Amino acid sequence: MPNRSFFWFFLPAGLAMILFIGLPIISTGIQSFYAQHDQILVKVKKCDPFGCKVSVVVDQEATSKIKGEKPLGKFNGFGTYVDRNHLATNQVSEFWGESKSIGEFVNKVGNLPFYKALVFTLTYCVIVTPCVLLLGFIIALSLNAVSRKIRGPLIFGTILPMIVTPLVGSLVLFWMIDAEGIIGANLQIMMNDPYLSVKSSKSLTWITIIIYGIWHHSPFAFVVFYAALQTVPQEPLEASIIDGASRFQRVKHIVLPHIYPVVTFVALISLMDNFRVFEPIIGFSAEGSAQSLSWLIYDNLVNEEVILFGSAAATSIMTIIGISIILAPVLIRTWREFRTNR
Amino acid sequence: MKKILIALSFLLFGTYANADCNIKSGSINILANDFPALRTLVETAKECKGSADFKVTHSAEHNKIAVPALTANPSEFSVRVAANSSIVPLMNADLIRPMNDLVKKYGKGIQDSQLITIDGKVMAVAFMANTQHLYVRTDVLKENGISTPKTYEDVVAASEKIRAAGKMKYPYAAAYKAGWNLAEEFVNMYIGHGGEFFKAGTAKPNVNNAKGVATLNMLKKLADLSNPDYLTHDSEAIKVEWEAGNVAIMTLWASRSGTLLDDEGDAKITAATKLVAPATVGGGNIPAATLWWDGFTLAKNRSDADAEASFRAMAHAASSKEMVAKASDQAVWLVEGFVPGPKSVGVIEAVKMGAKPYPMLPQMGLMHGALGSEIVEFLQGNESAEQALKDVEAAYMTKAKEQGFL
Repeated sequence: MPNRSFFWFFLPAGLAMILFIGLPIISTGIQSFYAQHDQILVKVKKCDPFGCKVSVVVDQEATSKIKGEKPLGKFNGFGTYVDRNHLATNQVSEFWGESKSIGEFVNKVGNLPFYKALVFTLTYCVIVTPCVLLLGFIIALSLNAVSRKIRGPLIFGTILPMIVTPLVGSLVLFWMIDAEGIIGANLQIMMNDPYLSVKSSKSLTWITIIIYGIWHHSPFAFVVFYAALQTVPQEPLEASIIDGASRFQRVKHIVLPHIYPVVTFVALISLMDNFRVFEPIIGFSAEGSAQSLSWLIYDNLVNEEVILFGSAAATSIMTIIGISIILAPVLIRTWREFRTNR
Repeated sequence: MKKILIALSFLLFGTYANADCNIKSGSINILANDFPALRTLVETAKECKGSADFKVTHSAEHNKIAVPALTANPSEFSVRVAANSSIVPLMNADLIRPMNDLVKKYGKGIQDSQLITIDGKVMAVAFMANTQHLYVRTDVLKENGISTPKTYEDVVAASEKIRAAGKMKYPYAAAYKAGWNLAEEFVNMYIGHGGEFFKAGTAKPNVNNAKGVATLNMLKKLADLSNPDYLTHDSEAIKVEWEAGNVAIMTLWASRSGTLLDDEGDAKITAATKLVAPATVGGGNIPAATLWWDGFTLAKNRSDADAEASFRAMAHAASSKEMVAKASDQAVWLVEGFVPGPKSVGVIEAVKMGAKPYPMLPQMGLMHGALGSEIVEFLQGNESAEQALKDVEAAYMTKAKEQGFL
């Protein structure tokens, strides 16, 4: 496609991206550098059905005047980024000084909200992504090998986890692992521990969410791999069979190299998706044991009665940076290949 | 406190509220939490919608919608049914309007004790009171020779006895879901211990002390007597546990008693369920509970005509003697003419015992949020009480700084 026609072809999508993704990201970035103005509190008499007392409220007149002058709030620079609820630079260096061992230091840092969320997010990403790729590939290979007659229903059954709404899917599992649900109760009997609770144990909750993640994302990898498998040329495969290659050798030396670009694509998308893990935490009511970066943003925006825009914006920007760092190796590699191919 | 006793028990024949409040114009759009008493109230308000446009949203997620929806201009809702905690963010952001004029003009049936005034400005009109108190299964207690618990120490002893008798595995229940619910239980228990959340006259946190530790230890003892999934249980979940007959003693909202004691479910359990006073804790004499009011507020970013129409409809409901007579078991109404029934015991006892209202401070929401997430690790046994409280204070201070309170 000549550059000119590509430009016109891309224009509508590009405009929409700037409007709905680019500008909001810039606005988020700007907001992350601001904090609220100092609250001006005044003492007033408050009366309710339970009696009167003197207490404080926000002075609206004074506040609206300041807000009129500086609607964004007080410039805070990187203040929000480095405070305790985010990168916590002061706390981390303090812990470094007072900790006697690396283990103690890691423990203390892991107790800070941002790092706690980061650890879960990365664990989820690192375990779920390869499992999804592997499982998706195995399913695609095996389905590609079964008779065409039953392939249709089998494919439908396989992509069901992706069709089911994430929240519904996680709720179903949530009820199954309840202390009185089918999995939870059986675990109690098997472990001979009537107080065993999958939901209140941190490690079991993590395992549940990770298993759910693999279950939910594998169909996506499967669908893409299955489509790619259809394009594998038959001649080299037949030739290799004549040469006496085993099934494993055929997959390793012919199929995989052929669908390699697709594997990269699926890996990229899965990494991005998994880094933003969110729904299962809500679905499993797992806020107590597992927090992700996306959940922190959600928490700042809705869980408090006071909305923390600055905090949410800072976490969002750091999530974007995190995704870029994770994707960087894959992107650089793709870029290099693209250059050598030209 | 005196006022509410008067409001609750006085039966005075005042002027009959004008039911024919035929509203000619304006549009009314209500945002409210979702429980039976509020549905009744809104239905009553609808009676006099006349030719006005009338819409309502009942949602358990009302807290998440309210501030953004009322910030818009014109705002989505003209009325927000709020409580003492949820009115604070609205006032902090200047989203609701004073209604002194409207009260004077149309609020004939509303009693003075129903008015929430800030510096003389009427910011809300309350219509019901609420608190969390104990529910007990009389049959189970009797079987095990236990008298009605008066303190949380009694609750622990009774629950341990029931568990030891092999009657129930998890005899106690309370809404300990991580987040808002768990923080609310901490607030109750901390107030029961006589704690103050902030250093006097400042927004500096004050929970990392002996009272805070005692509070956490009591919560942990109770949690150990609850279903092990307690960190995922909200009010609705423990209500289901109760109806399934798994629980003998429970701390729950008074406003939930309506659906708990309806005809659905096991009649034997319903018959044996008794509502009693909230418990005290740690030798204190005020209950480990907070008093709440539910009332309506009017959005600032709406036309005066809409505010007027909304006020007239809501005032009709908030002063309707017919409604409180018909729905007397749904809530403890603050409306004139309400006769307390057996389901009002919890709230009335709480008031008599001198329970404190939930602190209506601008920075309380931040404290509540910090509590909800930072004390979880203590309950899971991963952290000491002191460390958890230190984390609460640190998390709160960071947020309070960002919001300009410190």
